[in-house]
Amino acid sequence: MKHLLSAADLSRDEANLILDTAEEMRSLADRPIKKLPALRGRTVVNLFFEDSTRTRISFEAAAKRLSADVINFSAKGSSLSKGESLKDTALTLQAMGADGVVCRHGSSGAPHLLAKSGWMTGSVVNAGDGTHEHPTQALLDAFTMRRHLGSLDGRRITIVGDVLHSRVARSNVLLLSTLGAEVTVVAPPTLVPVDMSRWPCVTSYDLDAVLPKSDAVMMLRVQRERMNDAYFPSAREYTRRYGLDKNRMAQLPDEAIVLHPGPMNRGMEISAEVADSTRSVIVEQVTNGVAIRMAVLYLLLSGSNEEEQTA
Amino acid sequence: MSPAQSAEHPETAQPPKRSSREVLDASDISRALTRIAHEILERNRGADPVVLLGIPSRGVPLAQRVSARIQAVEGQSVPTGSLDVTMYRDDIGLKPPRGLEHTDIPADGIDGKVVVLVDDVLFSGRTIRAALDALSDIGRPRAVQLAVLVDRGHRELPIRADYVGKNLPTSLVERVTVHLTEYDGQDAVLIADKGAKG
Repeated sequence: MKHLLSAADLSRDEANLILDTAEEMRSLADRPIKKLPALRGRTVVNLFFEDSTRTRISFEAAAKRLSADVINFSAKGSSLSKGESLKDTALTLQAMGADGVVCRHGSSGAPHLLAKSGWMTGSVVNAGDGTHEHPTQALLDAFTMRRHLGSLDGRRITIVGDVLHSRVARSNVLLLSTLGAEVTVVAPPTLVPVDMSRWPCVTSYDLDAVLPKSDAVMMLRVQRERMNDAYFPSAREYTRRYGLDKNRMAQLPDEAIVLHPGPMNRGMEISAEVADSTRSVIVEQVTNGVAIRMAVLYLLLSGSNEEEQTA
Repeated sequence: MSPAQSAEHPETAQPPKRSSREVLDASDISRALTRIAHEILERNRGADPVVLLGIPSRGVPLAQRVSARIQAVEGQSVPTGSLDVTMYRDDIGLKPPRGLEHTDIPADGIDGKVVVLVDDVLFSGRTIRAALDALSDIGRPRAVQLAVLVDRGHRELPIRADYVGKNLPTSLVERVTVHLTEYDGQDAVLIADKGAKG
């Protein structure tokens, strides 16, 4: 593995290697010294063209716990806001000797371009590109589910919300099906991509019918900026049909858990009672996010690049 | 690979191949571990301060076996765990990335204890150096001691073992392989010429 651009690139073995490595990384949180020397002397650049607090902080914490040097490069207040092209930014990072670049971009495919163009030699981690993918989010979701449910093989996982615009949904569907889970996506018809036939999952429009058969439910954030685009009549109607409240949660099997990638709109796609309930693993997802990103950075950056490419 | 898995598949154990010879058999290994257990107790005047940490992969079952012997002699269990040193190795940037092994530090920690590191073969000493670095990130033991099943010489660092199962003079071209029931279906220490998979 040289880059992590898409959850689809991961084989089952590779995905399990990342999850197993993250399990070891997570035990670091219990230690007095939360630092490992694995990436000493390596430089990780957080290249964020889009605003993001949680993902950037999570990657920054992960890189620092592995002793890497971290450079944060965000669009605001940098040359990027002055109209520098992706190519020139990449050449700059190459000249600075970046070993790894964590890239968040509003356009789908930007991390792929960065990785395959030959402008730079470092490893690229996709931290969310447009409406395409967000593989580390899917890995941390899978990791959280695995810790609660055991193996995901044959587990029924339901993803609810704006699948059309959600990179989290796409990455999760791809990764979870690789890991053997049965994935159902539930969304208003207007928020389902045109052709779902190539997605390895089932589509439904009826949340109440799916909930009793779910081992885990992942609620996606309704992006407020979409609400003016008439994908659904009103926020209240969305909440009535696709929001997870206490009554709906009661339909879930006893061991089922509730996930949300954050940030939550309490009262919209998820009610406060559900978000704060014992079934909710939303805070744990954040902790696990650091462990997963440590595992990804470790596996991509710790070895020698030359041998890695020939291996 | 978990020890349980390989124990279920004893057929995976390879009979010694042509250019490899057995230098310790199962009963030799058993006797050596019993002696090491007694030496640990003697040196530390009992089992009280001792924490055993095996270095994965084969140091871990060795630590557990020594622990069982101490328990049998003293009637008191010794905290036993494992310490993965992968991320502390000095060649981490030179080789392809490796998966991590499990680190399991006993609940009471290692502060003020006598940590006995347990490994199968002592060679260059670089693994032990990495283990010492890993330990210092976990706590501050009162002392660190080293137990190895085989010391094959050729140290590249000023490190020595406190407890040695067998001193085995080897040449650099030879390979020393330790087989343990937990992983390989049988107990044996083999020496092979380079190239021969022993």
